[in-house]
Amino acid sequence: MKAIKEKHPLVMRWTHWVNFPILTIMIWSGMLIYWANDEYSITLFGHTYVRFFPDWYYQWLHIPQRLAEGMAFHFLFMWFFALNGFFYVLYTIISGEWRQLVPNRHSFKEAWLVLLHDLHIRKTAPPQDKYNAAQRIAYTAIIIMGFGSLVTGLAIYKPVQFNWLCWICGGYHLARIWHFVLTIGYVLFFLVHVVQVILAGWNNFRSVVSGFEVVNEQPKPAIENNNEDEKA
Amino acid sequence: MKKPEKELTTEQKIKRRNFISFTVFGAYVAAAYGGWRWLYKSPDETASVTAGAHKPLRQALNKTELFFRRLTFNENHLVKTYPREMAAKKIRHNSDIGSAGKLPPENWKLQVKKANGETLQITLDELMKLPKTEITYDFKCVEGWDQISHWEGVSFRDFIKHYNLDAEAKMSYVGLETPDKQYYVGIDMPSAIHPQTLLAYQMNDELLNGQHGQPLRLIIPVKYGIKNLKRIGTIAFSNTRPRDYWAEQGYDYYSGL
Repeated sequence: MKAIKEKHPLVMRWTHWVNFPILTIMIWSGMLIYWANDEYSITLFGHTYVRFFPDWYYQWLHIPQRLAEGMAFHFLFMWFFALNGFFYVLYTIISGEWRQLVPNRHSFKEAWLVLLHDLHIRKTAPPQDKYNAAQRIAYTAIIIMGFGSLVTGLAIYKPVQFNWLCWICGGYHLARIWHFVLTIGYVLFFLVHVVQVILAGWNNFRSVVSGFEVVNEQPKPAIENNNEDEKA
Repeated sequence: MKKPEKELTTEQKIKRRNFISFTVFGAYVAAAYGGWRWLYKSPDETASVTAGAHKPLRQALNKTELFFRRLTFNENHLVKTYPREMAAKKIRHNSDIGSAGKLPPENWKLQVKKANGETLQITLDELMKLPKTEITYDFKCVEGWDQISHWEGVSFRDFIKHYNLDAEAKMSYVGLETPDKQYYVGIDMPSAIHPQTLLAYQMNDELLNGQHGQPLRLIIPVKYGIKNLKRIGTIAFSNTRPRDYWAEQGYDYYSGL
């Protein structure tokens, strides 16, 4: 028998979808800024594996010569990025949703089992609530990363007025590197996230828009209540 | 009388909630896309002291500036200084708009336009007789690079005091221009009279050379390099924003750190 199972609260869905275009604009405008001093690469033992970024990439995305424009966009959308993030965190704390999200003491062990399961190495996945162990870690990490982007961003933006933030980040130079690395982190997160969403299928995707999943429920004895809490 | 509504079946509930959610979602996507196109295609501001930015973005830059000026700017917030030996021997040279080539100090006089219409003419020798201030700090370019460098000169505060420019220092802005007027910056007074702001004539114990603003340049650590005007020709004071080279090219007028 089909049944509706509530999954994502309205606030979580909104903040998720509001964040997506804002973060996209922040990454894009960040690239317009980064281009003006594009000194980062992955170099090991004298060999450069990746250069951020190759010329064809800049040309393809029309990045060059747009520093002022990039800064103007970046310093507007930073407000929305921060506000949306704070709102999400506040909601997660007040509503108690954080219990479903923050890794618990089993998560770090279980995350490996989830990973092995997702890679089709292991047949069974550990039992889970709303999120599995790997999701708990990933979705909590991404929030911490967002906070990290705000902190490192402020450190680069006002290194004199917020000199203590700059100091925490290891100096101006390092703060800019952290800020960049976090952005690369978002892109990698996004790639894995999208693949997982595709693999998880329609029911899962829909729940981030409509809030619920459709589950098949076995008819239950009348005496049992519908409590979702597994410890009941 | 209205009939009591029949309870929806699960199937109907799913359909109904899907319909509502996806309609709202579609409307949101359309609104977000429309909003973005509007902003991206929004016309440039009318050229004045600032130019070259989308009008709404310029408004946002100015508002954000006020927010941070009021919330964070404090003359006691000093830029971090470094031991002298950490300063770069070879100072990076990015641009010499308005300060190309040489201008020996004997062919130069600093013009200071006072509020009463009088213009002071000051030679480098006179400036070098004032108390000398040194700073070794991390110079930051708007492009994103930074370099620890060492500068010596007259602190702007000492300069104001010595030449009795207290009335001028009560005004809101300082405007500095190169002798040929090719490069010009506007600085808000709190940043100008910040204790670490220098009228620098020396870099690593040598008088400034042709590439670094010979004979006198501004070193203002609370601003990006674009505000650190090389080869000062005139200094003027005003209550409105003086013209600013890079603010006319779409950059933030304040450009404060």
